[in-house]
Amino acid sequence: MQLTSDEEKALKGERGDALATAYRILLAIGEATEAKKLVPIKWAHVSGVNYNTIGDSGVEFLEKLSKDGKVAVKTTINPMGFDPIKVSSLKLNKEFIAKQNRIVSAYERMGVTRSFTCIPYEVFDLPSKGTDVSFAESNAAVYANSVAGLRTNKESGLSALASSLTGKAPYSELRVEELRKPNMGIKVNYELDNEVDYGLLGYFAGKVSKNSVAFSDIENLSKRNAKSLSAALGTSGSCGMFTHGKAGETIEFGKEEARKIRDELHTSEKGDIITLGSPQLGVDDLSLLADMVQGKKFRKRCMIFCARAAYESAKKLGYTEKIEKAGGEMLCDCCTCLTPLIDRNEVDDVITNSIKGAYYLNNSNKVGVCLKSLKDIVREECE
Amino acid sequence: MLEEFEGHSEGRMRIKCRAIVKGNGEGEALVTKQPINFLTMIDLKSGIVKDDKHELYKKNIANKVLVFPNAIGSSVGAYSIYALKTGHVAPEAIVCSKADITTASGCAIANIPLVDNPESDVFAIKSGSTVKVDAANGVIQS
Repeated sequence: MQLTSDEEKALKGERGDALATAYRILLAIGEATEAKKLVPIKWAHVSGVNYNTIGDSGVEFLEKLSKDGKVAVKTTINPMGFDPIKVSSLKLNKEFIAKQNRIVSAYERMGVTRSFTCIPYEVFDLPSKGTDVSFAESNAAVYANSVAGLRTNKESGLSALASSLTGKAPYSELRVEELRKPNMGIKVNYELDNEVDYGLLGYFAGKVSKNSVAFSDIENLSKRNAKSLSAALGTSGSCGMFTHGKAGETIEFGKEEARKIRDELHTSEKGDIITLGSPQLGVDDLSLLADMVQGKKFRKRCMIFCARAAYESAKKLGYTEKIEKAGGEMLCDCCTCLTPLIDRNEVDDVITNSIKGAYYLNNSNKVGVCLKSLKDIVREECE
Repeated sequence: MLEEFEGHSEGRMRIKCRAIVKGNGEGEALVTKQPINFLTMIDLKSGIVKDDKHELYKKNIANKVLVFPNAIGSSVGAYSIYALKTGHVAPEAIVCSKADITTASGCAIANIPLVDNPESDVFAIKSGSTVKVDAANGVIQS
């Protein structure tokens, strides 16, 4: 990859340590993805905020970077480990809280927007189609490319941060029109009924495809199903985009394929608690949930992870009151994935409608997972 | 066994590849054709593969030359690679079929030599054999 003389100087450290680190990252990913040059981006969305995801070395890395690192473009950040407003009522150890606060302070010093969301595409106004952005957080990268019409590679927490500090990203892979064309197709041969089915499809697609995949026979995808599909697709593989239609090699996704994925992730027939949100719920999700639970009551603890901005809007619209009346526990700025709020010493298994959540609950939190659609959760777990 | 591989000479295998993160690393090879999610599949304190569905289950990646296709899943996996390095349990070098953004960015800040695009089949390298990665010149020797 060719760097301009200014970029070379920054790489050598002439414009500070943070920019040198950022260009070192961009150079490595540029070489890996066979980019010829860097191009400007308008918006970076950075992952690596929750202390559970980056650990002590991550805290130290960000503190060092924040000594002279400053965002060059609009930068939003992923959820942290807990809801800071409700933290005193959550059972968390002091060390976790202290380390989490150090991460947040480091990001703030660099000038990020305190979004704490994994659904930036739902919380913020979208730039015009075709705009180059740099999204880490796999569900957001897939959604941005596939639904929002933006252009991003499936960035890592570090590469999106490097793009944030420099305002640039390598011109490669899904940023290049020609390379956005799907290299394989998946024909869906049964009628998908709910968000769990779309998640199973996404998880399957991530396992078998790379870069970009085309789905046939799932047109008119709702936002809710698109979120579930994007999140699951980003979880299981390296694919960063889907389109609709046909593409070269095509394989089928039928009930048998769906059952195999479900068997991998559905590891319990029951759950002690319910979690909704991975990705976080947006205003429309909260509106739907409010309608569904009106006049009902959850029989067990139901944690509802949502973006703070969505919660505030939903509150004004009266949705949160209905959900809280039904016993739903609203949590903002955090999410199911790698949450410290679900501890295997206290919880054996969790009910969720999220395929992405199911993967991380099984593999990181090490609890059992009972997969159910939202409709079934409300029907079977409410009175 | 002689002349089994392309570029084979004097009983050693020499594979040309592309340098992504420069440096030198030598160690025992640990080879898998299965991709890796660094955030969920590796115990970051020990370097041991903790995913019982992965073929490297219970194997330790610390101080090895790790040969695998590419990373998958979480965007935070790059931080996991860095955590392995600061915890002194990172691989000595990494060989990918096709390096991805997560692996490349993690190796870039962790200073782990990384090569990819090998000219011949790196999965033919036997786990346990000694491998030398010269990422400055883009050569793997075993």
